[in-house]
Amino acid sequence: MVVQQIANGVVLGSLYALVALGLTLVYGVLRILHVAHAGVFVLGAYVGVLVYLPTGSLALAIVSAAVVCSLAGLIMYRFLYRPVLGRPPLVPLIISIGAFMFLEDLYRLVMGPYIKSLPVTIRAAGFETAAVRLTGYQLFIVAAAAGLLLGLWWLMRGTRLGLAWRASAQDLETAAAHGINTDVIIGVCFVIGSAIAAVAGVMVGGYYNQVYPSMGSVPAYKALAVIVLGGMGSVPGTVIAGLALGLAETLTMVWVGTFLPRDAIAFLVLILMLLVKPTGLLGRAS
Amino acid sequence: MISSLYLVTVVTMTCIYIILASGLNIITGYAGQPNLGHAAFFGIGAYASALLTTKAGLSFWAALPLAILITAVVGLALGVISLRVRDDFLAITTIGVNFVVVSVFLYFTFFGRALGLGGIPRPTLFGYNLQKPQYLVLVLAVVALVMALCWVFSRSRLGLMVTAVREDEIAARCLGLDVTRLKIIAFVLGTSLAGLAGSLYAHFMTFISPYDFAFPVSITIMCMVVLGGAGTLWGPVVGAVVLASAPELLRFIQDYRMLVYGSLLVLLMLFQPSGLLGMGSAFAGRELRLAARARGRVNQGG
Repeated sequence: MVVQQIANGVVLGSLYALVALGLTLVYGVLRILHVAHAGVFVLGAYVGVLVYLPTGSLALAIVSAAVVCSLAGLIMYRFLYRPVLGRPPLVPLIISIGAFMFLEDLYRLVMGPYIKSLPVTIRAAGFETAAVRLTGYQLFIVAAAAGLLLGLWWLMRGTRLGLAWRASAQDLETAAAHGINTDVIIGVCFVIGSAIAAVAGVMVGGYYNQVYPSMGSVPAYKALAVIVLGGMGSVPGTVIAGLALGLAETLTMVWVGTFLPRDAIAFLVLILMLLVKPTGLLGRAS
Repeated sequence: MISSLYLVTVVTMTCIYIILASGLNIITGYAGQPNLGHAAFFGIGAYASALLTTKAGLSFWAALPLAILITAVVGLALGVISLRVRDDFLAITTIGVNFVVVSVFLYFTFFGRALGLGGIPRPTLFGYNLQKPQYLVLVLAVVALVMALCWVFSRSRLGLMVTAVREDEIAARCLGLDVTRLKIIAFVLGTSLAGLAGSLYAHFMTFISPYDFAFPVSITIMCMVVLGGAGTLWGPVVGAVVLASAPELLRFIQDYRMLVYGSLLVLLMLFQPSGLLGMGSAFAGRELRLAARARGRVNQGG
């Protein structure tokens, strides 16, 4: 029972980590809370539905969702955030929230208010022992998440692009003074973050077999809790926090029962942790 | 008759939003501390007042100050916790406070769970039961009082000290100000006003449910403050009037309401980020206009 719940928690946590990663990347360089990121996540899920239903190819669905969402992310940066870069943080935050409201309503108008199904089947075999049972799709989620994270880790630690990203995250102006085209770096963050969110969107849609206009509302704010828990702008911290949250949510269901709705647990954990360590799990003191 | 009662309802709700926005303005506008969980304190005030009248049998006049006090105490406790972190961290923590408070209302039978609390009495005055139109007069009087209080606050030593914290925390500390204490004072003042608004709301609607105080309401209040002009006396009033009436005025585009609302927010922030009455606006007060001109001159001079 507990082993099964831990396995479920890891699956859920991988999804949280994927959604929150885009936020972390953007926050790392721009110090902007990109709430509309969840709108990109939903866009990914819808593109997934539109491509998967006629073609039946999950790979094609994921790739096209990633491409469309990368573009959407770039457009958001160029037209929503870049004009207000020097402004106090509340300005981009409100823009982001406004854009998110706009997107949710747009999806409702274009795609209809009802739940669309995304009946993903996957040929990979499941995994089953006496204590734990994972479907092929659950294994695929964890494997894909791990693959994406490793890829991202290599990109940030092993390439010149990653070096430029880390320099920009430390100090945007100084990085620019050293000849780094920070505008490109920021653009790359939006592209990579949005593409990962798109993958997460398709996977979540397939996991619950439902895609609907407001499916981003809860992830939007839960992802914020995850990036704070992980210590704002720290990629490994985000992954650990995402997994920890997934585990915390499933395990409290087992041990405490439904004490509070699952969506409040994220924030309860967050508030408790801020009491102990105000800079997040892996955060630096500011 | 029906339409005038409808108007009374819209005006009363606008007034309640003015109190909420002015309270948030003290926290976010003057003290510069983002609070995206203001609706939680609105809810605490409403639930406190509702429980005190329906379960403890108190009158409205006794419940109102007690509700404010209870909200202030909770605001103090949560403020002490939340204000340990700054800026974006604080914004997210307050979102969390909102989610947790709403789920407490949702999950304990004491708070009526998803069904909410009903049968909240309207206040009586000299033996008369106040109906909606008379209640509006009471609410208008409270709004006048709140605005007077905010005016006094913005001119007071305390108001100036709090503004100093917003402008530059380190400089304020160097001047010997107790920054943490000032932030907490501003937080408690703002949340008490939210408690006041909550109590007024509960006895106006006579029925409350957890969703009346959910996170989107916090967003609306924040948008009112920012739209009108954070840190100005009248900005939140303008913002509350515009945004509380906008859904009513935009009713003819029913289906596209949130679409329009969202894009309005985006456009406003892109082109007039300091708000309608904020710095750089044609509608700004004289002092802000002069300040903007002076700042322009300094920038030009190099």
